[in-house]
Amino acid sequence: MSTVPVSATRAATNARSLSTAGRIAVLSLAVLLAVAIYYFVGVDEGMSSVFGKTLVLHEWVHDSRHLLGFPCH
Amino acid sequence: MELRVLGRGAVSGALSGALGFVFAYLLVEPIINRAIDYESGRADMLAAIRQVLHLPVEDEGPEIFSRSLQSTVGAATGIIGMGVALGLLTAVAWLLLGPRTNLRPRTLAWIVAGLGFLGIFLLPFSKYPANPPAIGHDFSIADRGHVYLTMVAGSVAVLLLAVLTARSLSPRLGRDRAVWAAIAVFVLAYGALFAALPSLGDLAVNVTASHDIGFTRSATETPAPIINTTGQALTVDGMHYAPGQIMYPGFAADDLWAFRWYSLLEQLIIWGGIAVGFGWLVERHLGAAEVRSGATSASRTLAQAPHR
Repeated sequence: MSTVPVSATRAATNARSLSTAGRIAVLSLAVLLAVAIYYFVGVDEGMSSVFGKTLVLHEWVHDSRHLLGFPCH
Repeated sequence: MELRVLGRGAVSGALSGALGFVFAYLLVEPIINRAIDYESGRADMLAAIRQVLHLPVEDEGPEIFSRSLQSTVGAATGIIGMGVALGLLTAVAWLLLGPRTNLRPRTLAWIVAGLGFLGIFLLPFSKYPANPPAIGHDFSIADRGHVYLTMVAGSVAVLLLAVLTARSLSPRLGRDRAVWAAIAVFVLAYGALFAALPSLGDLAVNVTASHDIGFTRSATETPAPIINTTGQALTVDGMHYAPGQIMYPGFAADDLWAFRWYSLLEQLIIWGGIAVGFGWLVERHLGAAEVRSGATSASRTLAQAPHR
């Protein structure tokens, strides 16, 4: 493994199997999905709420929200 | 190519999250259970005192899921979900930075995950550390949420600023001096961010509440002992309390320390798992074997990559 040349990253990340527009769309969707998960695990039904303040989601992820460092009640 | 790299980010994140959940279940859940016992005991005591003083009593939150459900599937959903999210972000950053760097794939993965750990977790944590149940007032959640997310966004921005400084000054100053300049920029910008944001105890809602019984003026929201500050003897649930007497203890210092330490270890497990797992998977995906056997030119790797 130590023989992997440093140019491999550049070469590989330049190798686009998607068009530029497709690439932008895919990366944006990935970021959107990641931020949505971050928000629903860490924030929702706390300081703000998307689907009403039922506390169901908040209570479901309760322990992980505390442990992952988010503000919680 | 992009989708496969993103998939590897998500998979490494999910596996790291699974590992993190096992850690949490074994070491952290006992602390969380003690914290919840403290929280409900303190709330009962406070409610009883307020009843004696003819003050309004607030309802406790509803119990929707049992503790055994919360501490197993509930916690696993959150931690593994977060692992997937952080793995995806790492993969996106890796894809964006790849063409702009001269690093081995695995090394870039480690650097991205390291910066993610710092910016998304450790730098915000240094200002607003993780708290177990029982710490954190209901009425301050909106303010705490805002300052925490501001700290996360600010920390990521400060790190980006430092990296960009090193990069742009490098041709003029040389690498070593550029790195020192970047460190100086980081210390100043992070210090300013740290100083500009308020301590949780200094939030206006907490300063207002500090005069109520059971609350106190403090830099944090960590529950202090409930002290009979009414100036008169109180009888609560058949027990007599003189003025100035402690009616309920403060939060256990050892549990708070252990919880915060484990919170940091939890994030190290998740980000460390992503660094190692994603770095390994992505090199395997790029076909290290072919690269080793001589196809070192960018054009040949370029031609091969889409078919793998």
